Amino acid sequence: MNHTLDTLKRGERAIIIDVSSHLIPLKLLEMGCLPGNSVELVQVAPFADPLYLNINGSHLAIRKETAIHIIIEKEV
Amino acid sequence: MSKQINIALIGNPNTGKTSVFNALTGLNQKVGNYPGITVEKKEGICKLPRGVKAHIIDLPGTYSLNASSLDENVVIELLLNKNDKDFPDVAVVVSDVENLKRNLLLFTQIKDLEIPTILVINMADRMKYKGISLDIEHLEQELKTKIAVISTRKNEGIESLKQLISNYKELSTTPCLNASEIDKEYFDKLRKAFPNQLLYKLWLVITQDVNFGKMDRNEVEAIASFKTKSKSDLKRLQQKETIKRYQFINNTLKKGQTIDASQAKDLRTKFDRILTHKVWGYVIFFFILLTIFQAIYDWSTVPMDFIDGLFANLSDWVKNALPEGAFTNLLAEGIISGLGGIVIFIPQIAFLFLFISILEESGYMSRVVFLMDRIMRRFGLSGKSIVPLISGTACAIPAIMATRNIESWKERLITILVTPFTTCSARLPVYLIIIALVIPEGRFLGLSYQALTLMLLYLLGFGAAVVSAYILNKVLKIKSKTFFVVEMPNYKLPLFKNVAITVLEKTKSFVFGAGKIILAISIILWFLASYGPGEQFNNAENIVTTEYASQNLNEEELGQKIASHKLEHSFIGIAGHAIEPVIRPLGYDWKIGIAIVSSFAAREVFVGTLATIYSVGNDDEDTIKNRMAGEVNPILGGPLFNFASGISLLLFYAFAMQCMSTLAVVKKETNTWKWPTLQLIIMTAIAYISALIAYQFLK
Repeated sequence: MNHTLDTLKRGERAIIIDVSSHLIPLKLLEMGCLPGNSVELVQVAPFADPLYLNINGSHLAIRKETAIHIIIEKEV
Repeated sequence: MSKQINIALIGNPNTGKTSVFNALTGLNQKVGNYPGITVEKKEGICKLPRGVKAHIIDLPGTYSLNASSLDENVVIELLLNKNDKDFPDVAVVVSDVENLKRNLLLFTQIKDLEIPTILVINMADRMKYKGISLDIEHLEQELKTKIAVISTRKNEGIESLKQLISNYKELSTTPCLNASEIDKEYFDKLRKAFPNQLLYKLWLVITQDVNFGKMDRNEVEAIASFKTKSKSDLKRLQQKETIKRYQFINNTLKKGQTIDASQAKDLRTKFDRILTHKVWGYVIFFFILLTIFQAIYDWSTVPMDFIDGLFANLSDWVKNALPEGAFTNLLAEGIISGLGGIVIFIPQIAFLFLFISILEESGYMSRVVFLMDRIMRRFGLSGKSIVPLISGTACAIPAIMATRNIESWKERLITILVTPFTTCSARLPVYLIIIALVIPEGRFLGLSYQALTLMLLYLLGFGAAVVSAYILNKVLKIKSKTFFVVEMPNYKLPLFKNVAITVLEKTKSFVFGAGKIILAISIILWFLASYGPGEQFNNAENIVTTEYASQNLNEEELGQKIASHKLEHSFIGIAGHAIEPVIRPLGYDWKIGIAIVSSFAAREVFVGTLATIYSVGNDDEDTIKNRMAGEVNPILGGPLFNFASGISLLLFYAFAMQCMSTLAVVKKETNTWKWPTLQLIIMTAIAYISALIAYQFLK
């Protein structure tokens, strides 16, 4: 079952399945946000946004509005 | 003499690139600007083995050659322009051992430009904690380069890096990725059209919107005609390129790097849990700010009193040691007093830069960005606006340049427009002297009233910035895509050397930058205050002597009357009286008026101006503060600087846009005079009105 990245809970891991590349900044792709790479939600900021992620070993924060364009498959 | 070799230091942000630069050059460095733009250019000289000298440029940090800001453009413009005098003979790519995978992306791009490239793997001291081990030989073979494993923290590996640099001619220039793999058909066409050019270079010219300088114009235009693909097609290809590069990197690291996660000690998680906590995160942030203000105010009084006394003595000494005359007066009253007004603030400015650079170096600043984004967005700002707003407390000019990494134009513009409200270090001299004069000494919960007042003024500036951002967000009709990507670097103990160099550089440039203006204005003011037109000035002695003939004044009192009569009828006195009607409702006399007018060049001129004016009229008092305290309100009597006029002045300086350099930078960054003009008018209006209200209520 596929989800979008914003549904991930703190501490959960997943694999990136697809990114809507025209809606995602190139910089994010270059930082490792690419299909096949792993992603973990490290921390959620107060008021539930932005999200602090570990993508493929890179630690970065993005807003929810960007996260909804990233499709993931949760690890079981 | 052997040829000097050019080195370009390139790397992602947070890889310790600047530490490497500092380690290679020591204090042999200078900071300037790239011609025509406000991007900081750091250069230095490094001595290599066998007497070779190297010229090093520390290029702005970037994640890739696909530039998305002015700073990043600088990197690609240099690397594509072989005719640039700084074009590197060798590129040194600095990477961080913990983020090797991501750092190598940039490395492969530079390698593909066929520039000899050395890979530096920094922070080797962290490998043990993270359970990382590297097969350097394998990596060198796969990446077709030489690798220097170093630790700037432990000062290890720098010598072997220098050795590698001096042997740069032996480096292979074979690319990592075959560009035509991205889209064979398209790249084959490109190759046919420009058989002599490097494919990857052509690809960058097509995809990047930068200024290619001396590259043949016809050629660029011809290449531009290849922009046949739509933007989204190009972006799709860029994504494909990125995937290809990561495939190559993953294959390389599969054998070259092993990470034993069980060995990893993770301090990051522990720190993050507290520092980004929904309650403790904000509490800690608040206490850090509180500490900074306490330091600026309380801890720096000792060196400041020392400097103040020093300049007073110097001025006296000059007067006694040199023969009397116009030049001695100019030196003692004009130049020394004026310069004293700026030198005295070195301790505070140094403290401010010290704290800001520690916050940046330690990685804490990114946590604040993360913590504040949601709140800032409500006001039309970005979490990233926090960095300009905090560094605006040092100086608005670098702060406005620091907005470049805000992805959304609307959020960026609003940040630029409101940043000048934050309390910059140039306001500090004005605040400090006024606070010392009108706010009583005493303590509340261990914090002095004066420090609390200062904190309130900082909060006021910050509040004004946030409220005007909220209004601008409602008023401005700009549609722009909002992106927000911020790296959360690992926590690091700041390196003493880096912090020290930053503090030294910034303080130096503040003092010399401001010093020049202040020196010039001091001299002009002294002339205007020492000379005047007409009978009233030239014949002051006779006029005053006759007027007070019946009152039996002693010589000293008479001398003072003459001096103040002269000042009132000097050029500056006449100008001051002319603007007095405008500023009288705010509680100021004509002398303060002059100081306000001259501080439209730069705020910190205020204290120097008053120092110059008052020392012309009054020889008795030693320090600036004592002179100001002795001033009497000509109409109401009592001290001129009382609570009401003091608060009014503080408010005026809190809000007014009095900095020509800031206006110039805003013009450069927004590309139009519209925004700086609006800033000047609106901010000054707010300043006048709030000062007026305050004085009328409090007097």
